[in-house]
Amino acid sequence: MSDSFLKRNPSVLIFLAVLALFVLAVTLLAEGAGAGVISTSFVKTLGKTLCLALVAVAMDLVWGYTGILSLGHFAFFGLGGYMIGMWLMYARTQAIVMSSLAEASIPATESEITDAIGNQIFGVVGSSEFPLIWIFADSLVLQLVLVVAVPGILALVFGWLAFRSRVTGVYLSILTQAMTLGLALYLFQNDSGLRGNNGLSGLQNLPGMDHVPQATLSIWFFWASAAALALGYLFAAWIVSGKFGSVLRGIRDNEARVRFLGYSVEGYKLFIFTVTAIIAGIAGALYYPQAGIINPAEIAPVASIYLAVWVAIGGRGRLYGAVIGAVFVSLVSSWFTGGQAPDVNLGFYTLKWVDWWLIVLGLSFVLVTLFAPRGIGGLVDLWSERRRPDRHGADLGPGAGALREKEASK
Amino acid sequence: MRISLLAGLMVLLTSLAALAQQASAQMALDEPAPMQSLLQEQSAVILKSSRKTIAPAIAAIAGSELPQAQAVLQAWQVKALWMRKSDGLFFRGEKLESKSYRLFDFDSGEVIGEFPKSDLKQIKPNSGIRAMIATALVQFQLSDPDPVRRQEALLAIERAPAAALLAPLRASIETEPDAGIKARKTRIAQLLTIAHDADEARRVETINAMSGDLGLDVRATLNPLVATQLQAFGGAVPEGLNIARAVMPGDDALSRDAAYGLLVGAKLAPPLVSKDEIRTTLAAHIDGGKVGGVPIAQLNTDEARARAYAALVAAEMAPAQITEAEVTQSLNDHIFAEVYHEPSQAITTAAEAALTSIDTQVVIGQTVDLTLDALSLASIYFLAAIGLAITFGVMGVINMAHGEFIMMGAYTGYVVQQVIPNHTVSLLLAVPLAFAVTFAAGVAMERLVIRWLYNRPLETLLATFGISIALQQLAKNIFGTQARPLTAPGWLDGAWIINDVVSISYIRIAIFMLALIFLGVFLFIMRRTRLGLETRAVTQNRAMAGSMGINPERVNMLTFGLGSGIAGIAGVAIGLFAKVTSELGSDYIVQSFMTVVVGGVGNIWGTLAGATMIGFFQKGVEWLNPSNTLAAQTYMILFIIVFIQFRPRGIIALKGRAAGD
Amino acid sequence: MSMLLEVSGVSVSFDGFKAINNLSFAIGPAEMRAIIGPNGAGKTTFMDIVTGKTRPDEGRVIWGERNVSLLGMSEARIAREGVGRKFQKPTVFEDQTVLENLLMALRANRSPFAVMFYRSNRADLDRVEELASEIGLLESLARKSGELSHGQKQWLEIGMLLAQEPRLLLVDEPAAGMTPAEREHTTAILVEAAKTRAVVVVEHDMEFVRRLDCRVTVLHEGAVLAEGSLDHVTANSQVIDVYLGR
Repeated sequence: MSDSFLKRNPSVLIFLAVLALFVLAVTLLAEGAGAGVISTSFVKTLGKTLCLALVAVAMDLVWGYTGILSLGHFAFFGLGGYMIGMWLMYARTQAIVMSSLAEASIPATESEITDAIGNQIFGVVGSSEFPLIWIFADSLVLQLVLVVAVPGILALVFGWLAFRSRVTGVYLSILTQAMTLGLALYLFQNDSGLRGNNGLSGLQNLPGMDHVPQATLSIWFFWASAAALALGYLFAAWIVSGKFGSVLRGIRDNEARVRFLGYSVEGYKLFIFTVTAIIAGIAGALYYPQAGIINPAEIAPVASIYLAVWVAIGGRGRLYGAVIGAVFVSLVSSWFTGGQAPDVNLGFYTLKWVDWWLIVLGLSFVLVTLFAPRGIGGLVDLWSERRRPDRHGADLGPGAGALREKEASK
Repeated sequence: MRISLLAGLMVLLTSLAALAQQASAQMALDEPAPMQSLLQEQSAVILKSSRKTIAPAIAAIAGSELPQAQAVLQAWQVKALWMRKSDGLFFRGEKLESKSYRLFDFDSGEVIGEFPKSDLKQIKPNSGIRAMIATALVQFQLSDPDPVRRQEALLAIERAPAAALLAPLRASIETEPDAGIKARKTRIAQLLTIAHDADEARRVETINAMSGDLGLDVRATLNPLVATQLQAFGGAVPEGLNIARAVMPGDDALSRDAAYGLLVGAKLAPPLVSKDEIRTTLAAHIDGGKVGGVPIAQLNTDEARARAYAALVAAEMAPAQITEAEVTQSLNDHIFAEVYHEPSQAITTAAEAALTSIDTQVVIGQTVDLTLDALSLASIYFLAAIGLAITFGVMGVINMAHGEFIMMGAYTGYVVQQVIPNHTVSLLLAVPLAFAVTFAAGVAMERLVIRWLYNRPLETLLATFGISIALQQLAKNIFGTQARPLTAPGWLDGAWIINDVVSISYIRIAIFMLALIFLGVFLFIMRRTRLGLETRAVTQNRAMAGSMGINPERVNMLTFGLGSGIAGIAGVAIGLFAKVTSELGSDYIVQSFMTVVVGGVGNIWGTLAGATMIGFFQKGVEWLNPSNTLAAQTYMILFIIVFIQFRPRGIIALKGRAAGD
Repeated sequence: MSMLLEVSGVSVSFDGFKAINNLSFAIGPAEMRAIIGPNGAGKTTFMDIVTGKTRPDEGRVIWGERNVSLLGMSEARIAREGVGRKFQKPTVFEDQTVLENLLMALRANRSPFAVMFYRSNRADLDRVEELASEIGLLESLARKSGELSHGQKQWLEIGMLLAQEPRLLLVDEPAAGMTPAEREHTTAILVEAAKTRAVVVVEHDMEFVRRLDCRVTVLHEGAVLAEGSLDHVTANSQVIDVYLGR
């Protein structure tokens, strides 16, 4: 069956092949492997970019295919990062505390160790008690379960509330944005138990792996990110290829019609919303150990909108489009804002890309929406000369599940 | 010979002069010079100039009832009191040039002469002494002919109320010509009576008289009277103590640990041996890899440590641990009570009653204040959201750059203020200008972007978001990242203070008025003008409106411009109390959307209701948890998500088929 | 004969306007029924109530042998109970092929997990081809339905409706915008369908109704004005008043 699935979706094979080649090239050229053409920090950037591509795939599933413009998926991404970050920080602090307590004349008791770790971690927010949410922080396995469970359950509860009351279209977008803002504001508080605006830091160090240099660690994470992306891509492609994908696109284009066919639209939406939230959580759990630090600013609503921007620029409704968009925009952005791009001297004014990149990005985004709704992925259509159907009636776009459309079509 | 004669004459003259000086000094002592003699009596203390010992000297001068006393104290306070080294007399000194001073006698006020600094000693009171002098001076200033001085004196009393000031203050009330100052004097005298009067009945009477007063000063005076201290007594409570209430250890007010700590602090019980002390003691008694017979490696549990420590105690190498039973015993053996600092029970009872009655009124006042606060927050949300209610609610266009229009309005106000320094004029000019700028921006955006995306709301959302980030960055490039001030004109400064609890700043009142005006303008435009009629027609049925000769393109353009222009004016208003930064708009955008969605799309009253609800809810949560405004916003968003469950179409929903699905 | 659907005493109003006023209606398990009435008579609202889109203010909607109430069920649940609906305006999924459209409509387990693991099999494809030839779209199975003509879309929607194998078909103006030949075909499909299930056709076109040759219910101002054969109701003076104006 999987054989026929790949045959029917040649783009998946092409994508996997390109990804494999890319991983091979980076591995051979990386500092960790000895070649040293690619610096460790750039390997990390590439690894992070793969994670962003994974969350973009999730976003494409939920927006490009199902038509739910969620402005909350970066919140799930951040939550995944927080969950793994808790273990990383706890375990590493524990190792440090243990080694310093080992020098004392009397061996330390359990509670003394816990207190010392608490002091180390929460001293910065003026506390030393472990909040309840850290109860599983000493266990990698449980914390990995939480990477999946916390975004999943939040998405399940929120989605259930939102879809049940038939909030659709822009209303849903605004509501998800509110959820993201609420979460970010909550995490900003010192008594949220996650160190307020300090966030979690030192995540680049794997506990018990102090002897492994960062150059090697970065390659490991790069591989893990590539594997996660490959699996996530395969899963997404599999999901959208069959009848399930048909139903999803049906919901996007005409929600009411799908309902009258007997499909429980709310159930499907909830399913896809939750599954993509979990994928986003996993992507975040791989991203933040490479970034080294996570704080509530990462979760701000604007990050989720950027996610939508990537998918739109790449071309929504096609999975490789999402990947292309995320990789292209995030790499180009970091090139321009990182100060590497040369300034443009206009004679009367020197254009600094650090200052002007966002303006270019914003305007190019407007242009893409207006003139190239299919994004960069649309180029593939030109190349393969695959003609899109000449649709009759108003092109309502992927947002057709929205209330506004229905009013519009009356 | 002539020279020697001259010299002899000189000597004679000099000695004569010296003689004369001596004589005049002698004369000063002989004649009635009461202040000088008083100063001489206190000379030693004055010269010592120590805060601890100076009080009698100040009291003697202030209490001398001499008219000169005020002058002496004032001179002393400003370091103009000098002593002549030759005879130890005190004078007021006035600096002439460097190293030379002219001295004045206090009693006669006459000039004594000019002396070099080396002959004199300056009395330099330190700040503590100066404060005491100031207090002593107050009684003189209370009757000073200059009302400003009298006000200063009252301020000094308020800062440092003292029993000694009560009598002069009361005495000065009768003769006070200024009604305002008289009222203030009366009030301060009452407060002083409560705090310091020796007559207990009079204190109680005054407390009762002021029990309905909301002033902070009344509460500040009453609170020390009911201050208590937790004390532990072995056996019975000694007589004569003014007990507020008895406390049992384990109550909410007093945990067992705290109670025992109190006993330890009062040396009524031996201290507990803490875990840290046990560890230190154990570490000090390591003996061949073991402590008290327990191997060190096993000492990583509290239980093993207790065993090892018990062994040390048995060997009399460590103080015994206090057992739980002993703690209980000690606690049972003692009585705990909160004791008033104020010994008189009549006073504490009256003060408690007065505070209770004040508290009730304060709660009422706070409720009113909170309501005003919430109203003002609601009007801010309303201002921020009303433009959105037009573009999103009426036209169905979601404009993520709405916040940036607010920001543009605020920056317009800032720029106008740079050009026109008069704040009132610039504000009056900034409002129409901000409208014009954002109206133009809105029309441009509608023409260039939005009209191509009608009926594609999600794409509109993303395209306008692109514009939003571009505009934000543009503002950063032009104005920098630091906040720019948009200063309110002077007549908007300050606050309308009803009493110490209820007050509202004029800016907030102005914003409230502005919100009302906007509401009126909006209703007028929508119901009474051609544009409003056309807008409603286009909203309801675009094709039909088009066939009736209405140009939907033009209507959409104008409506969008109107919504954007109102956002610009809102920006000026918001800029007056918030710092103008490029992120000003994004701080309000989510709340604005919430306001529109919660209120019900397509209905201005809904927006009003939404803003009111969100404003009141947020203030309410802030009141419950005042330290944390972030939490208030989190709860507000949670509340909105739940609210949408019950009223998915908002507070005021369009009903029936008109609402679409 | 026991009834498949019984609507009794149903009323619904929008902002004070009574769209349906104490309407009662019943249809048997294998029966064709045409509903006619002037604009605003409540024909579409009636369908909305049966399919769960609109909740009535009062009244009962009873379904099937077990006499379950359709009120309170979601639209999807009612559809799974066996009520199929065709909209006035053809609504097919234009971005998907005819095959995908029909497969989606094909009677099968609708739960997300079952659908996720569903892979097309021979039997289902045969059924789809059978349906496609019935609606004359066999050649177009691989085409995007957005490329079809208006009439073809109408048929595709009817095909999707048949694929659902509903026990009650609600058809809103199926012949609108069709050529005479296409109408004939549509009539044939509906008459054929009515042999095994209940079919309710809402139509303005009297000629089309006459060709269906079935009982007719006349709605006016949200209530049943007359019921019987077409000749019977057209002879009714009230009906003539309503249609020709007072």
